[in-house]
Amino acid sequence: MSATVNLLVGLVMGLNLLALGSGRLPALIRTVSLQGMALGLMPLLIETDFNWLVAAVAVGTVAGKGFLIPHLLRRAMRAANIDREVEPFIGFVPSLLLGAGGTIAAVAITGELPLLPEHAGSLLVAGAMASVLTGFTLLIGRAKAVAQVCGYLILENGIYLFGLLLIRATPLLVEAGILLDVTVGVFVIGIIVDRIQRAFDSLDTRKLTVLRE
Amino acid sequence: MKELLLIILPLVAAAFAAAWPGERLRPWLLPATGLVHAVLSIWLLLDPPPFAPSDWLAFDPLARAVLPAVSLLFLVCSAYAVPYLRARTERPNRVFVASLLAVLGLLSAGHQARHLGVLWIATEAVTLAAVPLLHFNGTARAFEATWKYLLVGGTGIALSLLGSFCLGYASLRGGGAGDLTFSALSAQGAALSRPWMLAAWVLLLVGYGTKMGLAPMHTWKPDAYGEAPGIVGALLAGGVTTVAFTALLRVRAVVSAGGAGAVADRTLLAIGLFSMLVAALFLLGTRDFKRMLAYSSVEHMGILSIGAALGGAGAWAALFHVWANSLTKGALFLSAGNMRRAAGGSTMDAVRGLSTLTPHSAAIFVAGMLAVTACPPFGPFFSELRVVRAAFSGGQGTAATVFLGCLMFAFFGLTRVVFGIVDGRPRAAAVATARRFPENAGVVLPPLVLLGLSLWLGVHTPAVLREAWSAAVSQLFPGP
Repeated sequence: MSATVNLLVGLVMGLNLLALGSGRLPALIRTVSLQGMALGLMPLLIETDFNWLVAAVAVGTVAGKGFLIPHLLRRAMRAANIDREVEPFIGFVPSLLLGAGGTIAAVAITGELPLLPEHAGSLLVAGAMASVLTGFTLLIGRAKAVAQVCGYLILENGIYLFGLLLIRATPLLVEAGILLDVTVGVFVIGIIVDRIQRAFDSLDTRKLTVLRE
Repeated sequence: MKELLLIILPLVAAAFAAAWPGERLRPWLLPATGLVHAVLSIWLLLDPPPFAPSDWLAFDPLARAVLPAVSLLFLVCSAYAVPYLRARTERPNRVFVASLLAVLGLLSAGHQARHLGVLWIATEAVTLAAVPLLHFNGTARAFEATWKYLLVGGTGIALSLLGSFCLGYASLRGGGAGDLTFSALSAQGAALSRPWMLAAWVLLLVGYGTKMGLAPMHTWKPDAYGEAPGIVGALLAGGVTTVAFTALLRVRAVVSAGGAGAVADRTLLAIGLFSMLVAALFLLGTRDFKRMLAYSSVEHMGILSIGAALGGAGAWAALFHVWANSLTKGALFLSAGNMRRAAGGSTMDAVRGLSTLTPHSAAIFVAGMLAVTACPPFGPFFSELRVVRAAFSGGQGTAATVFLGCLMFAFFGLTRVVFGIVDGRPRAAAVATARRFPENAGVVLPPLVLLGLSLWLGVHTPAVLREAWSAAVSQLFPGP
């Protein structure tokens, strides 16, 4: 079972690199949506005996991260009628090097961390750290609002991965909270993006420079 | 039961406001709810209810020491909201009123949260509920401010969730059974896994520090406070930041129980001094009086953080300062809102002669500026004095010196901007706008009341508050 989970975490890490290397927004959104679906499957694999709550979390995650949010992002992109280029601040090659280096470092550090025995061979922590790093790189290194939202999603995905370590021990509250807030948070960001484009006719955050010292 | 009403009542009122059809009567829901909320919270302050350590939500000593301040601030702001929204009939107020009430309910939940997860959910929900408030004006600048608020605030709140997970994992690794109430976490004490606990502290400090607006995570603050209506600025600066501060106090108590209190105190002290330094430097440079208030807020968050780092006496002073800062900032933001509307601008280059355009608001603003820069006999003077005293008696002489230096530069910066806009002869165009937004009792009395409360807090700190702060300190610093 944990081998399958590790395989999925490996897939998530690969998708991180794909996201860093994507030069077109639709490809970036597709990558993020695939990553969301991979994450959605994980609770089912980790929790060995089937229960309804875990199933609901899985279905909710796949629906939210895999379909709903990517759909909203595509709609925002189409409505704004922007060109599809990502326009990086940090170039694709440096981004990829940063991502790859970060992933290797994350795997190396995980070996040193004091984990519970049942998590010893798991890649979850490494995947979480790598995704958080990737998310930050995209947040900082991309000009378009849609690309930044994708970065934020990958950051959230990393945190979700870490949360999976606690899924058995903590009350359902924490996992319900994750779902609700991640989904709602990005939902609201989506609406804001919608508004921003109406006000600026572009989703270029480089134009958000009126307010400064 | 009363303590849960503090949460439920505003949320129900918010739903009611969203459903209410009439634009004209809807704003009255604000003072009505605010009044009931304030009465309830003061009742609870005077007669604290019993609570069990395992409760997820309770009016515990820390909530008792802070929440009534937020409640009072909201009451006064809600009284201001009615004439304000009457002057701004061109904007629909359904979402604004509902969000404002939701923020009050969620703030009450955040202050009373004794569970790591509940605390995070409440803080996240407050962040989201405040979004419609920030772009109430609907201008391009308001959208820009909202976008930055959401991106920076969203990232911060995401990191605080990661920090919460790390703290949860520290507890699991230490043999915990997954009980994430703060009492259970503190009870684990040294059993908490130290590396995870330290990682959690850093992430939670960055995460909740972003919500508080500690430098260098303060970047959303000037934009948001500069573009939001004054009433929203008052509630963000006096309420939302407070909930993040109490969150940090609760987490610090756990980290301290886990044997890393010294590390936590050092980081709080460093980040607090850095915030004050950054704020003082930007205060010397800014030319916009609403952004000035944001930097002043960063400075005061630094003071809170320093107070929290200085042990029991410092934390007592910090709780005092929460009250002093919330009430004084409220007066400043509300009077600044009056001035901004009348002047049609908010920079020193565009605005002059407010003492003739809006004489009452300008007078309150100047008095509030003196109060917030710690001139006696207002509240902030006494609370900051106690912080300095705690620093010297704790052997932190250098920190106290830097603290006083930053206060001085902040004073220079604030007086420069304030007298720049208050003095002089107003522009002809501004005289016309001022006629459209005349000062009336509805918009002048609320900031005056807040200023009066700040003064009262300084000259005659009520015994019940002193006792509440002491109780909160003994909750946060259980004796050996």
